[in-house]
Amino acid sequence: MAGMRGLSVFISDIRNCQNKEAERLRVDKELGNIRTCFKNEKVLTPYKKKKYVWKMLYIHMLGYDVDFGHMEAVSLISAPKFPEKQVGYIVTSCLLNENHDFLRLAINTVRNDIIGRNETFQCLALTLVGNIGGRDFAESLAPDVQKLLISSSCRPLVRKKAALCLLRLFRKNPDAINADGWADRMAQLLDERDLGVLTSSTSLLVALVSNNHEAYSSCLPKCVNILERLARNQDVPQEYTYYGIPSPWLQVKAMRALQYFPTIEDPNTRKSLFEVLQRILMGTDVVKNVNKNNASHAVLFEALSLVMHLDAEKEMMSQCVALLGKFISVREPNIRYLGLENMTRMLMVTDVQDIIKKHQSQIITSLKDPDISIRRRALDLLYGMCDVSNAKDIVEELLQYLSTAEFSMREELSLKAAILAEKFAPDLSWYVDVILQLIDKAGDFVSDDIWFRVVQFVTNNEDLQPYAASKAREYIDKIAIHETMVKVSAYILGEFGHLLARQPGCSASELFSILHEKLPTVSTPTIPILLSTYAKLLMHTQPPDPELQKKIFAVFKKYESCIDVEIQQRAVEYLELSKKGPTFMDVLAEMPKFPERQSSLIKKAEDVEDTADQSAIKLRAQQQPSNALVLAEPQPVNGAPPALKLPSVNGNTEPQSMARALSQPNGNLNNIDPQIPSPDLLSDLLGPLAIEAPPGAEGVPDEVDGSAIVPVGDQTNTVEVIGNNAERFHALCLKDSGVLYEDPYIQIGIKAEWRGHHGRLVLFLGNKSTSPLTSVQALILPPAHLKLELSPVPDTIPPRAQVQSPLEVMNLRPSRDVAVLDFSYKFGANVVSAKLRIPAVLNKFLQPLQLTSEEFFPQWRAISGPPLKLQEVVRGVRPLALPEMANLFNSFRVTICPGLDPNPNNLVASTTFYSESTGAMLCLARIETDPADRTQLRMTVGSGDPTLTFELKEFIKEQLVSIPVGSRALVPAAPPVAQPPSPAALADDPGALLAGLL
Amino acid sequence: MIHFVLLVSRQGKVRLTKWYSPYTQKERSKVIRELSGVILSRGPKLCNFVEWRGYKVVYKRYASLYFCMCIDEDDNELEVLEIIHHFVEILDRYFGSVCELDLIFHFHKAYYILDELLIAGELQESSKKTVARIISTQDQLVEAAKEEAGSISNIIAQATK
Repeated sequence: MAGMRGLSVFISDIRNCQNKEAERLRVDKELGNIRTCFKNEKVLTPYKKKKYVWKMLYIHMLGYDVDFGHMEAVSLISAPKFPEKQVGYIVTSCLLNENHDFLRLAINTVRNDIIGRNETFQCLALTLVGNIGGRDFAESLAPDVQKLLISSSCRPLVRKKAALCLLRLFRKNPDAINADGWADRMAQLLDERDLGVLTSSTSLLVALVSNNHEAYSSCLPKCVNILERLARNQDVPQEYTYYGIPSPWLQVKAMRALQYFPTIEDPNTRKSLFEVLQRILMGTDVVKNVNKNNASHAVLFEALSLVMHLDAEKEMMSQCVALLGKFISVREPNIRYLGLENMTRMLMVTDVQDIIKKHQSQIITSLKDPDISIRRRALDLLYGMCDVSNAKDIVEELLQYLSTAEFSMREELSLKAAILAEKFAPDLSWYVDVILQLIDKAGDFVSDDIWFRVVQFVTNNEDLQPYAASKAREYIDKIAIHETMVKVSAYILGEFGHLLARQPGCSASELFSILHEKLPTVSTPTIPILLSTYAKLLMHTQPPDPELQKKIFAVFKKYESCIDVEIQQRAVEYLELSKKGPTFMDVLAEMPKFPERQSSLIKKAEDVEDTADQSAIKLRAQQQPSNALVLAEPQPVNGAPPALKLPSVNGNTEPQSMARALSQPNGNLNNIDPQIPSPDLLSDLLGPLAIEAPPGAEGVPDEVDGSAIVPVGDQTNTVEVIGNNAERFHALCLKDSGVLYEDPYIQIGIKAEWRGHHGRLVLFLGNKSTSPLTSVQALILPPAHLKLELSPVPDTIPPRAQVQSPLEVMNLRPSRDVAVLDFSYKFGANVVSAKLRIPAVLNKFLQPLQLTSEEFFPQWRAISGPPLKLQEVVRGVRPLALPEMANLFNSFRVTICPGLDPNPNNLVASTTFYSESTGAMLCLARIETDPADRTQLRMTVGSGDPTLTFELKEFIKEQLVSIPVGSRALVPAAPPVAQPPSPAALADDPGALLAGLL
Repeated sequence: MIHFVLLVSRQGKVRLTKWYSPYTQKERSKVIRELSGVILSRGPKLCNFVEWRGYKVVYKRYASLYFCMCIDEDDNELEVLEIIHHFVEILDRYFGSVCELDLIFHFHKAYYILDELLIAGELQESSKKTVARIISTQDQLVEAAKEEAGSISNIIAQATK
């Protein structure tokens, strides 16, 4: 250290800088100095290089951009001596992140160090890869690192680093470890005596089981053994106890790994584990020493999670609740925080609401804690435990808290209060009170949804109207009210203000003048609402009040030439209408009741809850599903994504606008020429298939997919496709043979057989014309999850001949991505090419399976919560009668098990999915439909693999949301005839509905 | 997993950063700025956890220094809190009652030690003794190389006279 004088001097200089400016000058000077030295390679001794590189790291740490010298840092890695090499490794891993290009240059040097004989070099290299290795490293280094980890000649020092390095590589690329080959090795690693290696290996195991627990089931008893060993303090060297506790970290990791296994079937293992857990639950005392306390409680909270996961006997669960009840009232803030957090988690897994309710006042106290972290937890818990019995208390507490809450919490707080008020309102006037208070206290955080909902309630409940009107009148009197309050009050007073007419200060002209005072303060979107209110006030004033009329007409006239179209239109129309006498009354009569529909707020909340559910136990395996998402999104090769997106965009708009949205893409559809001769010479071989395929002449193209896949490259192609590729693809997704593609010259048929995760397809390429097709090319573009092998296709297909080309498919893992066949040929001078989706889709790897209730329910219960079991409310579903829906499910090989669900509106289904990574895996699903509203349903999908669950859920959703073939008749492709004049975007604004009537 | 480790002084000066998840330089500065603001402003006697952008930051103050580690929402908070303490104990043993100045002038040592404690954002070694042993071996290697280099540089210096 003494040798690094230059570095110490520099650090002192920096410390002596009086201000930021001086510091910057000093840093700039140093950077200039380093830059010059790096340029002059000759005088750059290894020592100097080392010193400069450290300075660079120091400057980087201070927050300055160091955009040069990375190369020098990386080059030190290949220095022959330890001191330089060490600096090179450490500084590189601090300065660069995994995406940096320079790292690629170092891969070879790093690999040489890893496979070399020098133990210290191995350690340095493994540390770098473990800390910043990316995908490139995973691909080239995983086998070497695995070797080190299991090598008997390596010292623990190297092996523990290898274990974590491998963990990193696995996170970057799950294919880096082949579960089949590795599972036994992993189990052996858990027998390790050295606790350092064992700790690292257990971390590795946690990542592996979170991805695929089945492959590693042999590790389950080993984890229990580890826990037993630690719990009995057997064979634990003194240096591995922490404040008297045998490695708390290892205990936590072992219990974490166990939480990824759905159940523990072996009764002996289960018994041993529960003994350990029982001992932890009962034997953890609060002690004086903070660190000992933290460590023992780290273990205790992990044990709690494990008990919750295993859904143990009621007795143990009630112990947990009792413990948590104790924790939320202790002084120690960490324990209180964790107590609240775990209580919220517990709400999600078991039915303990009543016990938790006993602690309500304690939890409310925590809502007033000085610590925002604790307040957040308390808010979440209160939200979770709220029901009809305690809604009033809880919501009032939330409202009270809203006035003092910091900004960062207000939005969440007001949304939660609004949701609870709506969900559990004991009476409606209370609900109106709550929402108006919300708007008053936190108007900025009250979304439009919230006040629309109040308007709907008030409109639909006559008893509520006078109350709401008088409340609105009260609020509008206040000075400086929030704009949202102006909107809601104006709307309510316009509709129901006349109910107050006899009360003082509530005559139409008084209401007008008080509302009109607000007009100069509001923004453009509020003005139309005020104009409607004025018109309504005018209409309700019988006999007409000429004074009021004059004032209001003046306002309308003023806005007649307003630049905003909405305002202008309303001003003009109201002015004209008001001259029409009785018609005016008709048009402006009270709004009819709103159709009962689910609150968009609650919808929102459910969406939030869906993710919140996940967040409780998520992230553990989220790497997987989220990868799948990322992979799936950037490749909208096929028509499926738009089919999926449409309903979510139009989720709550009216059917017409839905139809409109659907018919829009039709504009650019290719025309189908019915006259094209179709000499069906393939009929001998593919005869029945060709008939099954939709005859092209009929061709009303598929609304959803039609434009999405007209894959035939527009520029090169001069031939017309016969029929619709998308439609044929969808048909082939549900059956195993048929026509994939057809034009005047060629017909491509397909025939498939599926067994487990293997599939064998044969492509039949038939030349329909009397001249040869040349330059025939077929190329498969496989998605990452499929292994595809297409036998070569001959370059030329003779006239009227047919060639066959087998295609082998292997499914590696669950995914909804689709393989694409890039196909092209030459006919005369024309090049024709097409990109065709291959129907090797997820459902092809399903095997129908019907379960009895004895088989179904234990499995259903065994899959506990996200990410293995996911639930979602799906909207915009094509309405289907239940038997039709059952048929649909059966058609994609998810078998309906009739009679299992006691509720006749629900469907329960099961199937087996095959892929290389998952093996044969049971999948279960439950669909809960709403007989009153067939366009929405709730589905729950579960399986033993988080990715599979996610993919299958999305797959089913796609099927339900757009039933691709045969559903055409449901949506008339009618042109958008009767478009209401006001933009559809305003369709949810009650004011706009009103304007739409005109 | 631990996404990053951050040591900040009470004045907001950064004393050590280590990133186990990929952050660009820009993101790193932003994270440091944001978190220093959140954590330094927290009063005493509050809990050691801060919820931040869907993650949790576990922190603990030792004299004038805040040790922070950012973890996933469902990670075990107390376990990480004790990793921090474990790290501090190892530093303490190495420097002999460590203070902020030790970490300022020997920040590279802190990096060496951290690399023996964590890899890939996971705990690598829970024995203080083992870590101390490894670090002292490394120090010896450096010293040995320095002596050797010293003699060689002497030779060169003489040769080029």
